[in-house]
Amino acid sequence: MDQETIAAISTALGESGIAIVRISGDLAIPIADRLFRPRSKGKESLKTVPSFSMHLGAIFDPQTGEKIDEVIVSVMHGPRTYTREDVVEINCHGGVAAVHRVLEVVLACGARLAAPGEFTKRAFLNGRLDLSQAEAVIDIIKARTDASLRVAMGNLSGGISASVREMRDVLLGLSASIEAAIDFPDEEIPALQPEEVLQRLEEVSTKLEELIAAAEAGKIYREGVGTVIVGKPNVGKSSLLNALLRESRAIVTDVPGTTRDAIEELLNLRGIPFRVVDTAGIRETRDEVEKLGVERTRRFLEQADLAIFVVDAHLGLSGEDREIIGELRSKRVIVAINKTDLPESDDLAELVDLLPGKRLVRMSITNGWGLAELEDAMVEAVAKGQVTPGEGVLVSNLRHKEALRRAQRSLQEARNTVVQGLPEDLLPVDLKAALDALGEITGETVDDEVVDRIFSQFCIGK
Amino acid sequence: MPVRGEESSVYGRYDVIVVGAGHAGCEAGLAAARMGCRTLVLTINLDNVGWMPCNPAIGGPAKSHLVREVDALGGEMGKNIDKTYVQIRMLNTRKGPAVHSLRAQADRVAYHVAMKEALEKTSNLELKQAIVTEVVSSGDRVAGVRLKTGTFIAASTVVLTTGTYLGGRIHIGEVNYESGPHGQHAASELSESLRALGFTLMRFKTGTPPRVDRRSLDFGKMEIQPGHNVFTGFSFREAPDRRDFVGVEEQIPCWLTYTSPATHEVIARNMFRAPVFSGAITGVGPRYCPSIETKVAEFPDKPRHQIFIEPEGWHTYEMYVSGLSTSLPEDVQIELLHTIPGLEHAVVMRLGYAIEYDCLDPAQLTPSLETKAMEGLFTAGQINGSSGYEEAAAQGIIAGINAALRVEGREPFILDRSDAYIGVLIDDLVTKGTHEPYRMLTTRAEYRLLLRQDNADLRLTEKGHALGLVDDEHYRKFVEKRDAILREEERLRKTVVNPGEDAQEVLAGADSASLQRPASLAELLKRPELTYRKLAPLDPERPHLPAAVVEEVELQLKYEGYISRQSEQVERFKKMEGRKIPPEIDYKAITGLSTEAREKLSKIHPYSLGQASRISGVSPADLSVLAVCLEQRRRG
Repeated sequence: MDQETIAAISTALGESGIAIVRISGDLAIPIADRLFRPRSKGKESLKTVPSFSMHLGAIFDPQTGEKIDEVIVSVMHGPRTYTREDVVEINCHGGVAAVHRVLEVVLACGARLAAPGEFTKRAFLNGRLDLSQAEAVIDIIKARTDASLRVAMGNLSGGISASVREMRDVLLGLSASIEAAIDFPDEEIPALQPEEVLQRLEEVSTKLEELIAAAEAGKIYREGVGTVIVGKPNVGKSSLLNALLRESRAIVTDVPGTTRDAIEELLNLRGIPFRVVDTAGIRETRDEVEKLGVERTRRFLEQADLAIFVVDAHLGLSGEDREIIGELRSKRVIVAINKTDLPESDDLAELVDLLPGKRLVRMSITNGWGLAELEDAMVEAVAKGQVTPGEGVLVSNLRHKEALRRAQRSLQEARNTVVQGLPEDLLPVDLKAALDALGEITGETVDDEVVDRIFSQFCIGK
Repeated sequence: MPVRGEESSVYGRYDVIVVGAGHAGCEAGLAAARMGCRTLVLTINLDNVGWMPCNPAIGGPAKSHLVREVDALGGEMGKNIDKTYVQIRMLNTRKGPAVHSLRAQADRVAYHVAMKEALEKTSNLELKQAIVTEVVSSGDRVAGVRLKTGTFIAASTVVLTTGTYLGGRIHIGEVNYESGPHGQHAASELSESLRALGFTLMRFKTGTPPRVDRRSLDFGKMEIQPGHNVFTGFSFREAPDRRDFVGVEEQIPCWLTYTSPATHEVIARNMFRAPVFSGAITGVGPRYCPSIETKVAEFPDKPRHQIFIEPEGWHTYEMYVSGLSTSLPEDVQIELLHTIPGLEHAVVMRLGYAIEYDCLDPAQLTPSLETKAMEGLFTAGQINGSSGYEEAAAQGIIAGINAALRVEGREPFILDRSDAYIGVLIDDLVTKGTHEPYRMLTTRAEYRLLLRQDNADLRLTEKGHALGLVDDEHYRKFVEKRDAILREEERLRKTVVNPGEDAQEVLAGADSASLQRPASLAELLKRPELTYRKLAPLDPERPHLPAAVVEEVELQLKYEGYISRQSEQVERFKKMEGRKIPPEIDYKAITGLSTEAREKLSKIHPYSLGQASRISGVSPADLSVLAVCLEQRRRG
């Protein structure tokens, strides 16, 4: 069993109420003790308080001395805890931003961000959960990992992954040059001058710094409730988006399938940000361009927090609609029944059975009917907690920020190695660490990449 | 094929039969016999024991690491090349201690003679010329081998080291024919026997350049590449009959020349006649050892390629044209040789050729190099998808050791990725498989700073001794060296230099910053500009120590920061390696795994969570699921 101490936010993120940062492992209590100051003077250290006791006070940033949040800290000694390890729970009051910062300082003090489902996994591995619960444990690990991957990949804006890839590319090229010269000393491999190495490291380092700053500002993720508008072609999806935006940006025509690319708009309904995506209709098609669009729709649907499914009141439910419904059952969905200004088809009644419990809104986008009701439904879905805005995004943001920082530290080490004039075979150690850290963001591993690069970059071999 | 009735063998029963006497077979046979097994080594031609059909050279980056590891374990390759080199160099001397590497040009014939003699002189070992046509099984256990003569020889274990002989086919231009390397017989029937036993075979290819008569070369147009004075050979164990080291003046130099635009023109004009491009060759060749036609085709912008002319031995005029591996037709080979400066009148003694051969998908092996499907059947060398004499020797000694351990019913001997390059090599092969002939590279070793060639003895001698491969006398010398290193490190840590006038003067003399406060010699040694030798004036009580001890102490202390960082990584690695997975686990029954992970895990059957984590397609979530399942089994 690895004995690393882990931490995570253990409550769903929301603007209101209490959020808990949970720490588990040998260092849980010492870490909490470093960060916590009890309200009343003369209170003892958390290291000596009895198990299952609660303490009122505040969390301070040990670097700056700044107070982060008023909290109640619960201290629980293993093995009578969920994970059977020492556990500390920090109940924060100051909302999302505060709990986030508390988690950050906990990590800065030596805890590792827990992997999805890791508390439950430890509970099982340490014998806290019995055998009959093993399957459930596996399900939790799977579900949380899938969800977290989807959120991480889905919300990473395209520009970020592109620039992470660019940085990796520079570092890979550098590693390949150094490694090729080491492994093939007889070959004519241009020797890298230290200045050149430093310059390339500097280049990556500057980019990293920009990304870290963006991450600090929470800018590497798109914000808002991921909302996707789906429906067969020509049902009025783009019109709906336009109506919601009160402006026209998507191409709207009567030819089915003209909205080729998914269009994303940010809109603000009663203070809640929504990222609304209009997509090409979900349907099987032989048209390659459109097929891409359909695949993207499915992907957007997977990543969306909320789906608005538009159906045609007049034409009723087609095979395509039913196909889409199949994809929708497990999602948060609002059904927008459009074109109610025209005579209605009978089979609409089936919707209640096909999508049980989903909110239906009757509307006519051309006449502006029902738009306010749809907006109500959207806001309600968020307010009632059916949809948590960008759940998991904050955590992936943190994970990625950590990875960026680790990459930056490794580059610093690499620079020291060059500046001190140490042998160049020491350099790849830190380059590999930086590549690994960056790879965590884009889901790539170094493995044979350097070797492949050596052979594609240089003509090698006797 | 199963044993037919109660078939008796005229030769009796062996503990270990090794098929092949190349670099893998020799080490396998020697290790098994030295561990007390009745061992038979079979070879298609007794005059080719330990033969080098390609480069007449041993060592180089990562490869010299392997040779020294084999030596530390009690293997033969290091001693044998030390006795038979015609030139030796230390490479990468300016690139840091972890990648320093020895490379020697061998006298091909002398190497063969010395290796054959070593085998002949080893008790428990019989060397015999024969062609093996069949691996004979009894259920899912190996029973022995059948020879082309029809004779069956019974054995508890069989080690296959078939090299390029297995289903070998030579290509020269439009011509191709069944053959082993350099006019040897191919082992044609054995592939079929392996297929019949259910093994998946792959087809790889490799190639070799022409050899030319040195009297026909104009060395005036080439650059000389002399050897070095290298006082320590490959072997940590002084061979009893080793002659004094060969000085640079006595060594035979290599020569460097380059291809010319005319060479590239000849190749371009005849590209359609090259079997690598015409489709005649289907086997996959190594990327690091491309033929000259491949180099010209894939790097058209490179104006010239290096050609090294290497001697083949003390008593021959044959010279090896390194860099010119080719399977172009005979007339083209001669035409293109004559376009190379210094080779205008070269007389060809042997043509270059490509050779295709069969090998196993190494994912069918356990890390002990035993096949998963058949108990007692081991494989080593090119049959496992690797290339190179050193890679072969490394697998050979491990397969030989494990065959012997299998005979004795003992646990297998496995080196992991933090123990040795040997561990990296075998783990890569059996965990990831390979799609091309696999060559060892230092870049493949993630704990490279710990796995240096200078400390191979410190890493492995203990293990070799425990196996019975390293004799007590050498072991005693080794322990002396190890203790001396520890003592000296300790002394340097404890000896403090005060910032007095003398000290500052010495430091200034070495362009090193002056002392602000007292510092230990160990701390000073960490400064890049200072060395053990430069610190001598500050260290009056320094004992006289062998160079190898000083080298080790200096490296350990100088790179302590890096070394301890890697040591921490190794600790984490060992933890995962220690979490064993029972071999009988049924991955198909674990629903929480991703489909890809389930398939890969079912194929590889990793021995630990650590090995599982290195299989591509197995994600951290899959590992978590696996950990939960293992706990479930433990309790259930």
